[in-house]
Amino acid sequence: MSATATTILNLPDQATATVPKKNYITAEHGLLSWLLTGDHKRIAMLYLVSITFFFFIGGAFAGLIRLELLTPQPDLVASDTYNKFFTMHGVIMVFLFLVPSVPATIGNFLIPIMLGTRDLAFPKINLLSWYLYTIAGAMVIASMVLGGVDTGWTFTTPLSTHYLNTHVITTGLAIFVAGFSSIFTGLNFIVTVHRMRCPGMTWFRMPLFVWSHYAASILMVLGTPVLAITLILVVLERVFGIGVFDPTKGGDPLLFQHLFWFYSHPAVYIMILPGMGVISEVVSTFSRKRVFGYTAVAFSSVAIALFGFFVWAHHMFIMGISNYSALVFSLLTMLVAVPSAIKIFNWAFTLQKGSITFETPMLYAFGFMGLFTIGGLTGVFLGSLGMDIHLTETYFIVAHFHFVMVGGMLMAFLAGVHFWWPKMTGRMYPESLSKLAAVVTFIGFNLTFLPQFILGYLGMPRRYHAYPPEYQVLNVLSTAGATVLGVGYLLPIIYLAWSLKYGPVAGNNPWQATGLEWQIQSPPLTENFTTIPIMDHEAYDYEWLEHQNQHGGTYIG
Amino acid sequence: MGISPVLWQFLVKWLNSSALFPREASTIAPWMDALYFFLLGMTVTGVALVLAIVITFSLRYRKSVHPVATQIEGSTLLEATWTIIPLGIFLVTFVWGALLYFRIYNPPTNAMNIYIVGKQWMWKAEHPGGQHEINALHVPTGQPIQLTMISQDVFHSFSIPDFRIKREVIPGRYSTVWFEATTPGTYHIFCTQYCGTNHSVMIGEVTVLSPDDYKKWTEGSTSGMSLAQNGERLFASMGCNACHSGTAAARGPNLAGVYGSKLQLTSGQTVQVNEAYLRDAILNPSQHVTAGYSPIMPTYQGQISEDGLIDLVEYLKGLKTNYRVQQTQVTAESNSTEPAAEGGNQ
Repeated sequence: MSATATTILNLPDQATATVPKKNYITAEHGLLSWLLTGDHKRIAMLYLVSITFFFFIGGAFAGLIRLELLTPQPDLVASDTYNKFFTMHGVIMVFLFLVPSVPATIGNFLIPIMLGTRDLAFPKINLLSWYLYTIAGAMVIASMVLGGVDTGWTFTTPLSTHYLNTHVITTGLAIFVAGFSSIFTGLNFIVTVHRMRCPGMTWFRMPLFVWSHYAASILMVLGTPVLAITLILVVLERVFGIGVFDPTKGGDPLLFQHLFWFYSHPAVYIMILPGMGVISEVVSTFSRKRVFGYTAVAFSSVAIALFGFFVWAHHMFIMGISNYSALVFSLLTMLVAVPSAIKIFNWAFTLQKGSITFETPMLYAFGFMGLFTIGGLTGVFLGSLGMDIHLTETYFIVAHFHFVMVGGMLMAFLAGVHFWWPKMTGRMYPESLSKLAAVVTFIGFNLTFLPQFILGYLGMPRRYHAYPPEYQVLNVLSTAGATVLGVGYLLPIIYLAWSLKYGPVAGNNPWQATGLEWQIQSPPLTENFTTIPIMDHEAYDYEWLEHQNQHGGTYIG
Repeated sequence: MGISPVLWQFLVKWLNSSALFPREASTIAPWMDALYFFLLGMTVTGVALVLAIVITFSLRYRKSVHPVATQIEGSTLLEATWTIIPLGIFLVTFVWGALLYFRIYNPPTNAMNIYIVGKQWMWKAEHPGGQHEINALHVPTGQPIQLTMISQDVFHSFSIPDFRIKREVIPGRYSTVWFEATTPGTYHIFCTQYCGTNHSVMIGEVTVLSPDDYKKWTEGSTSGMSLAQNGERLFASMGCNACHSGTAAARGPNLAGVYGSKLQLTSGQTVQVNEAYLRDAILNPSQHVTAGYSPIMPTYQGQISEDGLIDLVEYLKGLKTNYRVQQTQVTAESNSTEPAAEGGNQ
């Protein structure tokens, strides 16, 4: 027992402990056994490897962008190249990393286990979704290698349809394909949650992680088809000139904006909601307490998903939509900010009267809470109509959505990866090094993006290859921060890879957590449970766990 | 310190010439900044509050001092508090922001109109007096200026950060924004909507002059022809006056005084004739047929530039009588018949 006054980490005696011989990793051997698997855990691992690959490619582009912006002059690369950099950065990070990040990896791995079942409802569709993702990824790489694309990830017409001669069609179709991957994941989760919960697993006994994935899945299934249609229209416009978005043929370029943001705003919630699910699990575990106001947190996820569909035009306040529709969209934007505020306070109050320890996942979760609060509140600036006029299309927007997406989602993703790493691999990572990585990431992140808020208020436009010299100091700070941030992201990949072989054996429940996933062996068996469990307690019931431990620890499965 | 004096001087100069807050150079800027500081206050308070809660609880309830957690289900009162207070604050920012938005996007009636045409990758400004500028704009202080903007190709966005104004410049439709400059000086103009290769050099400078200096500038840089005069010339050379002559037998409607009027269309719609309507009616006449006329006007899509359209619109805005229209027509007819008559004599 290594649990002390400062940690709940409880690893088995390393002299005798071994990783179970029979588990989902050792069940079958050979590359084909992975490529043809129907096991949600193996598919999650395939996704984890793929999205990490794309994360580092997207990150490399971010590094190049920051390097170029070190000086006001456009001196590192040509303007066209710079435009390709930020386009590839956006396309890869949004569609190939953020959208699938938590759901397709951690969600895929855990949702069946958390619900007490053996797999998702449609294992083959789950595998198909990974293949679609891989095809989409290959198409993006192809368009990159063949010369790149420079539309920006927003594909604004008529620029993307009439004025650029880069690989718009390949990239557009890639995102179309990636969209189906996302739809299939969402569909699978919805059906699994509805149909495959184990006996006793009522809706309000589900972990909040499952609730947030359920909300995100609704968005994936209902929102993504609109993006697919929009991109097909862009492709048709380029190939056949159908003129839907072309004013000279009676089309309307603003229609593209409406359609694009009808998906891409909810997409923000597709990205952040699963991250919020991770935070609920982590905060509860490391404060040994049920999440404060479980029902409020569960319903605020659903509220975000519903309101999230009715705020898209806040991306278009300066684009000449009617002043009165701007009013409605601004009001709804203010309303959608409220459930996020509720969640932050509920997590903070989960700590109250807890018994708190500060392991790596908790540090990332604290990072999330701080950065997401800033990201959320700066979103209120942009939802406020008059303020948006000055701030939109500047670095303020860039800073805002990086606080939400990177400060929020990526922190949550890393919290989740660290939290469930022992479950997924059966081994622990080096604890002090990982704490260092969490702190470095936090510092690097703030140094990178806080100056960008100031730059935005000064008026520095986004997507600028060159900028007036008086903005240089802040840009240098930002680039310096990006360097630190890069180190913060490289560290985990190194020590996590190291831990696969040399990490201490984790045992079934290193964090003394309550979720069903912690009651089975690490790594789990292919079938997760030898007998289907019966859920006889609420989620986050630490008294139940203690009772289990005292009475001989009869683990499920 | 071992730092070399050259490097030191460089650093000092570099830091001194750097900016942290934009200048306030328009009447709207202080209003924008007031809302900004309110929102900044909200953010700082909110973040400080969350930090304070997290740090306090982390210290008081860390495992070493509080080894056993006390389970708490939740608290409706607390949850109502942190639902209602943020909602209240957000609603205040909604109302405040909306007031500012309506103020920036509704120009006062006495505003002076300047046209802006955006194209990859430059800004063209056209003053009513016929002054043309590229990537530059001269305006006087103390006078509301309305910008009527249109793009010739892709989406652009016209931004003057020191005035705190910005608006998308869209192909195929006019968009407007207004400001009143307060402080003479030069300020950045940026294109803030990504528009292709040279997006970041689609920048310019707005020069704010005192009213006297502005008068000198307008006199010194006139091209000799106002926009309306250019428009009149185009109206004749494109043959518009052949139908829109204002005579009883004319095939097209009378255009004198049409600007600002309410027009009944054959589709049954009633429209207010403004700049956008005039432009659309020239490019897509079949969609905009005045009641009582037949749809015989050909489209001018692709035959006339945005600058030409602006000239025509400016001309029609000021057209109060058809006297000169009919005069030019007579001159044109006599010009074209004369050579034939001469030929007939021989």
